[in-house]
Amino acid sequence: MSNSGVSLADIISTVEFNYSGDLLATGDKGGRVVIFQREQENKSRPHSRGEYNVYSTFQSHEPEFDYLKSLEIEEKINKIRWLPQQNAAHFLLSTNDKTIKLWKISERDKRAEGYNLKDEDGRLRDPFRITALRVPKLKPMDLMVEASPRRIFANAHTYHINSISVNSDHETYLSADDLRINLWHLEITDRSFNIVDIKPVNMEELTEVITAAEFHPHQCNVFVYSSSKGTVRLCDMRSSALCDRHSKFFEEPEDPSSRSFFSEIISSISDVKFSHSGRYMMTRDYLSVKVWDLNMESRPVETHQVHEYLRSKLCSLYENDCIFDKFECCWSGSDSAIMTGSYNNFFRMFDRNTRRDVTLEASRENSKPRASLKPRKVCTGGKRKKDEISVDSLDFNKKILHTAWHPAENIIAVAATNNLYIFQDKVN
Amino acid sequence: MAGAAGPGTGPGAAGGDGDDSLYPIAVLIDELRNEDVQLRLNSIKKLSTIALALGVERTRTELLPFLTDTIYDEDEVLLALAEQLGNFTGLVGGPDFAHCLLPPLESLATVEETVVRDKAVESLRQISQEHTPIALEAHFVPLVKRLASGDWFTSRTSACGLFSVCYPRASNAVKAEIRQHFRSLCSDDTPMVRRAAASKLGEFAKVLELDSVKSEIVPLFTNLASDEQDSVRLLAVEACVSIAQLLSQEDLEALVMPTLRQAAEDKSWRVRYMVADKFSELQKAVGPKITLNDLIPAFQNLLKDCEAEVRAAAAHKVKELCENLPPEGRETIIMNQILPFIKELVSDTNQHVKSALASVIMGLSTILGKENTIEHLLPLFLAQLKDECPEVRLNIISNLDCVNEVIGIRQLSQSLLPAIVELAEDAKWRVRLAIIEYMPLLAGQLGVQFFDEKLNSLCMAWLVDHVYAIREAATNNLMKLVKKFGTEWAQNTIVPKVLVMASDPNYLHRMTTLFCINALSEACGQEITTKQMLPIVLKMAGDQVANVRFNVAKSLQKIGPILDTDALQEEVKPVLQKLGQDEDVDVKYFAQEALSVLALA
Repeated sequence: MSNSGVSLADIISTVEFNYSGDLLATGDKGGRVVIFQREQENKSRPHSRGEYNVYSTFQSHEPEFDYLKSLEIEEKINKIRWLPQQNAAHFLLSTNDKTIKLWKISERDKRAEGYNLKDEDGRLRDPFRITALRVPKLKPMDLMVEASPRRIFANAHTYHINSISVNSDHETYLSADDLRINLWHLEITDRSFNIVDIKPVNMEELTEVITAAEFHPHQCNVFVYSSSKGTVRLCDMRSSALCDRHSKFFEEPEDPSSRSFFSEIISSISDVKFSHSGRYMMTRDYLSVKVWDLNMESRPVETHQVHEYLRSKLCSLYENDCIFDKFECCWSGSDSAIMTGSYNNFFRMFDRNTRRDVTLEASRENSKPRASLKPRKVCTGGKRKKDEISVDSLDFNKKILHTAWHPAENIIAVAATNNLYIFQDKVN
Repeated sequence: MAGAAGPGTGPGAAGGDGDDSLYPIAVLIDELRNEDVQLRLNSIKKLSTIALALGVERTRTELLPFLTDTIYDEDEVLLALAEQLGNFTGLVGGPDFAHCLLPPLESLATVEETVVRDKAVESLRQISQEHTPIALEAHFVPLVKRLASGDWFTSRTSACGLFSVCYPRASNAVKAEIRQHFRSLCSDDTPMVRRAAASKLGEFAKVLELDSVKSEIVPLFTNLASDEQDSVRLLAVEACVSIAQLLSQEDLEALVMPTLRQAAEDKSWRVRYMVADKFSELQKAVGPKITLNDLIPAFQNLLKDCEAEVRAAAAHKVKELCENLPPEGRETIIMNQILPFIKELVSDTNQHVKSALASVIMGLSTILGKENTIEHLLPLFLAQLKDECPEVRLNIISNLDCVNEVIGIRQLSQSLLPAIVELAEDAKWRVRLAIIEYMPLLAGQLGVQFFDEKLNSLCMAWLVDHVYAIREAATNNLMKLVKKFGTEWAQNTIVPKVLVMASDPNYLHRMTTLFCINALSEACGQEITTKQMLPIVLKMAGDQVANVRFNVAKSLQKIGPILDTDALQEEVKPVLQKLGQDEDVDVKYFAQEALSVLALA
């Protein structure tokens, strides 16, 4: 490992803001979930607003062993999804390859005091000297944040879970693995309904796998799933109980001139996300990110190149397995911009209105408080200008796979290996 | 509980020096905060004991405030607490103080766990009845309003269940406010709340004045029934049942039927499923006239719905629908408007649909009578008996008694037999197990002669099945058959065959003989047991397999009470004594146990 000094368990594997954006959760390969809370405006520290500090840390999943199949089950958190807030506590779903858990994160600021059978310092009282009953009283105490597992949704996936998505009906969610998608009720753990199954009778006929799935943000009956063949299917749960037949099929016709040995691998979709408005969806493949209008299946309305300069490097990226990296993508709160990651700790942002794009770097040097990010440029030709970096000197071990955008403000969270960077628009 | 203070006494009433009756209460109070959930739960379940000891005053001023803030606990503890508080009125000083129970229940009504919230609402409903009309308006109604306008949807969902209990006893001004709150919850932003409101709509409608039902509930119903979320729309179907009962036929036709028709053709299969599932209730609620004009055509559509789940739900309702039709004209309606669709379903592509139909279709024969059954239903039964799916065949066989009353089972026997034989030899042992269960019933209906000719060999074959559960069920089956056909039959047909197995080379089959003897001895009586079974059992005591030998000991213990003293002393005792010296510990153990149980030691 060239990332010497980084423990594998610390590598961040998912980042997710909650619905208000006040909390940010990360999961890592060690099965831990860390939740950050945004500091409220504070008169004594006027600049502290916007700072995210650790709110709660807990071990969500432990490594397990499946004795029937002789398989190790990693504790790595594949996805975290917040539930819409329903009372003072917060809830999230976290999943590893096999098991989904519902966690409750709640605060406690009162403590009961006063026992009958012992003194405040813990000494036992003589039971025969009890002359009056004492009812415990609640006293304020330092705020304590507790995370408790509320439900465990297990034993429903034969393959690795790649996505979970909460439905807008607030009572169901889906979980997708390589070949199947299941629908769960949030309160029922012992059964789930299989809504998509693409497993062929004969596994030798397998030609594609499900790579990601998501519910529509408003229409509770609509969900999409993407495949390794570069296509997205939209299903309507109203039409039948088993959604094997899609109602829409999004696919861009292949350009025969650019066809190569790697075409199929790089067209595999690694992430699919609906826009907040529900009108568009975005897909990420190896080299580009595409925006689709749900009303047009034949081609995307926008295609943004993320790192086109890698097209000539595919051979070496295939050899070092980087070509199979699963980059995620996200929308800004207003859907006007999108963001996705690249290598060398670079990440890309595309403004959909101005059509401008920028490459930024998440690194310790430029993450000092109130320092602003400088755009970076990668050059492909022979002549390298000042501030540019050559394709050949990109570090492919530093990849940004997971990013998240605050639902309302321009605050972004970027996971670079074991570091989490949070950037925000300048506050004036 | 002796010596604890009764209700009405003030603080320190149970005081005095070293009153040892306080100790158990003190323990209970301390254990409210024990680390062990089980102990906390235990304390909560004895909350009334604690309250009784504290007296009404301290319960109100100390215990309840403490409980109000104890909502961090495990669900089961909170659930128990919510339940206890529903019966607490007496312990806080009677109806005048019932409102003191509202704060803890209010905080329980906002927790995320549905079961706890529902229990808190149930207790609140109970307590509302104990409020005086004045207290109701002073304390209970404000609570409902607070919950209804709460920030979190957990509290708003809880509010939905409380409107109907306070409405009838509120003044007119307050009534208007309550209706207003309910209205706004019906159009809440979150689907959770709209679902809660939709599921309570029917209940609320029942306590409203008829005018308000028409002017307010019906528009709410119409809105919910066309909600963008199908999870809300499907709940409106349930509300439809209650609302329909309140309205006259004319109003029903004008106000509710358009919505119901729309629901039966909803784009979402889940909504159509709900219509199918609630069909009998809907049918009763709208009355015979609308049923004929509207529901029957809707039902026909549901029976040929494109979604199998919907067809299955509708198929389940076929019998109830037909039963609930008005007697005059019933036959014609069924024959012309229902039966053609049923015929289609018999060859449906989905096995759940076919098996749902098979579970009710036999019930139609009593409604249609002998002639129609023979002419129209019998071909369907016969087709289903030949269905490729075992579930379908089983469902037909398990309902044979309905047909038996109308046309007798003989009509079916030609097709029945192959179906039974096939099920009896099905590769899935659970299917074989299921058919065994029906053997005694079939035997009774088909008669002893038919049974001996056709089915007896099956019953014997099950005794040597390779699955233990089948062998076990087969032995019990024999016992039931003997009860039905009598001991003479047993002696002639069953017992000899069972006893032959005692010398089978497979020790499992030899053990089956013993199990059969255990099951049959009582039904066969002393004579057969002593003369035919006992010698075999005794002979098997010399078996080379220890499992057989200790089962001999167990069998002897079992049949011992049926034998007379001579047989016990002269035949059983020496054998058990010999087994008691066996080299195998289990054989020894069971032999000695048998000796002592039979008082032969």
